[in-house]
Amino acid sequence: MFKSSPIIVGLDLGTSKICAVVAEINEAGAINVIGVGQAKSRGIRKGEIVDANACGEDIRNAIVDAEQNADVEIRSVFLGVTGGHIQGFNNRGFHPVVSDDREITEDDIQDAIKNAKAINLPAENHVVHVIRQHFLVDGQDGIINPVGMFGSRVEVDVHVVHGNFHRLQNPIRAVKSFQIEVEAIVFTGLASALALLENQQKELGALVIDLGGGTTEYVVYAGGVIKHTGVLAVGGDHVSNDLAYGLKLPLGRAEQLKIEHGSALVDRSVRGRTLQLTNSVGLPEKEVNLEHLRRIMSVRLEEIFRLIADELESAGLLDYLRSGVVLCGGGSRIAEIEKLAAQAFGLPASVGKASSVSGLKSTLDQPEFTAAIGLAKFGSFEQRKRIESRSTLSLGLRSTLSQLFRRG
Amino acid sequence: MTTEHKIESPPASKPLAVKIVGLGCAGIHMAEFMIQTDLRDLAFAVVHSDARALAASTIPNKCLIGTQILHGLGAGGDPALGQASAEEDLQPLRSLCEETDLMFILTGLGGGTGTGAAPALARLAGESGALVLAVVTLPFEFEGARRQQQARWGLQRLQAAADGVLCLPHQRMAKLLEERSSALEAFKATHEHLAQGVRSIWQMLTKFGLLNVEFADLCSVLRGRHCESAFACAQAAGEERARLAVETLAASPLLEEGKLFSEAEAVLVSVVGGPDLTLADVNGVMQRMNQQAEQARFMVGAIIDDGFQGRLGVTVILARRGQPRKETAFENRGASALEVFPAGLGGPEIENQFFGVAAQHRPASRFVPPAPKLSPEQTRRLLEQRPGSAARRRKSIALWSQGQLPLEIVSRGRFEQSEPTLHQGEDLDVPTYIRRGVSLN
Repeated sequence: MFKSSPIIVGLDLGTSKICAVVAEINEAGAINVIGVGQAKSRGIRKGEIVDANACGEDIRNAIVDAEQNADVEIRSVFLGVTGGHIQGFNNRGFHPVVSDDREITEDDIQDAIKNAKAINLPAENHVVHVIRQHFLVDGQDGIINPVGMFGSRVEVDVHVVHGNFHRLQNPIRAVKSFQIEVEAIVFTGLASALALLENQQKELGALVIDLGGGTTEYVVYAGGVIKHTGVLAVGGDHVSNDLAYGLKLPLGRAEQLKIEHGSALVDRSVRGRTLQLTNSVGLPEKEVNLEHLRRIMSVRLEEIFRLIADELESAGLLDYLRSGVVLCGGGSRIAEIEKLAAQAFGLPASVGKASSVSGLKSTLDQPEFTAAIGLAKFGSFEQRKRIESRSTLSLGLRSTLSQLFRRG
Repeated sequence: MTTEHKIESPPASKPLAVKIVGLGCAGIHMAEFMIQTDLRDLAFAVVHSDARALAASTIPNKCLIGTQILHGLGAGGDPALGQASAEEDLQPLRSLCEETDLMFILTGLGGGTGTGAAPALARLAGESGALVLAVVTLPFEFEGARRQQQARWGLQRLQAAADGVLCLPHQRMAKLLEERSSALEAFKATHEHLAQGVRSIWQMLTKFGLLNVEFADLCSVLRGRHCESAFACAQAAGEERARLAVETLAASPLLEEGKLFSEAEAVLVSVVGGPDLTLADVNGVMQRMNQQAEQARFMVGAIIDDGFQGRLGVTVILARRGQPRKETAFENRGASALEVFPAGLGGPEIENQFFGVAAQHRPASRFVPPAPKLSPEQTRRLLEQRPGSAARRRKSIALWSQGQLPLEIVSRGRFEQSEPTLHQGEDLDVPTYIRRGVSLN
């Protein structure tokens, strides 16, 4: 009944919905999306679980939906994590090359990375990713791969993404309770960037902003490597909440209005225009000023962009984003959001589409699925790495042994 | 106010007694300026707590106040001292106010004597039956937050005491001037404007014109309103002069680019023209004014002045309703709170010098701080200050204890229970438009 070929599942626990993307690796090594499952999320606020029971139910619904759509059995997932506690920073680690001929080996690099990881983080913090950026050999900068080069000291710049250990455990636990393995946890902002950006964009420098329901993740690529990551625990929920408060409407109605009449910019044509709201029997109930609606949305969204822009400016990264801003997530559906982003950052902005992924077109086109697709893509890279390491295991073992003997 | 009727009494033969009193340094300067213009026939007087400044003035009618406490050395920028010196010399001030129908009090708010003594003088003049119009300037922004604060405090008091306040912020005048104009020119322009305001009211009342405004009309609009007024003047010549003049007014920074028109409750328009002034001119001005301020009550005066041959001068005074003096219940509370302020000035001032932070004026917040906690004893005392019968007092106690405060409680809505998202001290869960103070109107 189920296909036996290896599948990869990306599971994104979002504030507004939970979605699982099922993909398989095709002959070319690219991933092919074969099914999607989604469920409305009720137990998550600002990207983190607040109601484990409701959330568990929603996860099960999404997984079941995905299994039915893709006609597979899901045993393991790559899990996206987010939340205001997740932070990224750059660090440098070094390692002296000890071999006689001063030739740099893979082991030296691993040691250097290990040193870079050893950072003074609070005990309860857990490192989610350590991504290598560049190497330095004897102070010479900009080396992509130093294996085989000669030098006495190898340094590595890494980008470290870390978060609170316990808060990272919550989603893992929720998934594991269904006897589903969590292969790895991945920062969702990273996953989105992985899904959206092509190599050229990474080289030129790009900013990916995932405007989610409860959180906004952002990742900066420059010179082909990740330079900056961050999470803002503000998202579409806040927009709805602002509207509910400002227009004095129930939250559900505010959300509906946001989707139907929202826009990121206030243009002149809406001045003085009102919307007639009707109650359940179709009788007019309340009038809402369209300009107010747009104004409230606009200031909130602008603030989100401004906070990100401020942070990137203080990190000195705004000038490296020659490829511009790429938006994704449910928030990127808001009308004219690209224009607002372009204004806020002074850079070209667009809504991204998952690239180098094939499969269900309807899924790939939806910005909400970007993170989950990216998770699957991340999974495919991991999978490939594992297969490669398995096939080279005997070889690797042999070389290590011989090295050991040589040293002795 | 017991002298409500006194105004209608001047017999026809007796001319309207108008008095212009310059109070404090700025007031003396203004009066000196006005006495140079065609207003020289009016009665002028100057009042100050600084003997030297007073001696330097060319106006013969002088009144030195506060000799006991200040020894003729001036209030030194402390409104509390200004107020005290006025209260000390009530008698000379009262005699100054006698036999006056309309009194203009000229002063610059923000300093000591003007800010402190003007409300007292206005009250005295009001008690002796005059219609009191205060013509004041507010300090430039560069004069510092403290002076601004004092000026605001004084303006509030003055509004409560005078029948009308014509207020001209120096800062708004600065917008009218060129960038490189000197401070002297800036002050001169302000003085000219104020003189024009005084002149137009005076002319409207006394000169014969196409359309006359009687003193009673002015009283009916201004008396007891305690309004805050804005005013502006414009001149134009040529065929289209009516249109040009109104357009200049509508664009004037003194009227916040015409925004104040829509808020005005009463509009006093004075049109001055040469012998060639036509009714069509007046009509043209008034029609456009009416469009600008549809809700307002209009008062029009049209005067012929030979100097205005071929030209048209329009002065408008916009009055907004202020806090009426009669609503003592509220005013008492406000006043008692305010009265504490000048007395306490010495204290906080020293504190501010040490701590620095509190001295800066903080912008008005949309969030109203909770009312200060009052002990039952204090509550009772505050309520006793209110006039009214015992029955009314009992009722108000009941109201008081209900504790309904007009506070704006900003709920975090959906995020009530969640961990607040703090970013540089701001709670991002609170709607942005509230934090930024974006008004939705």
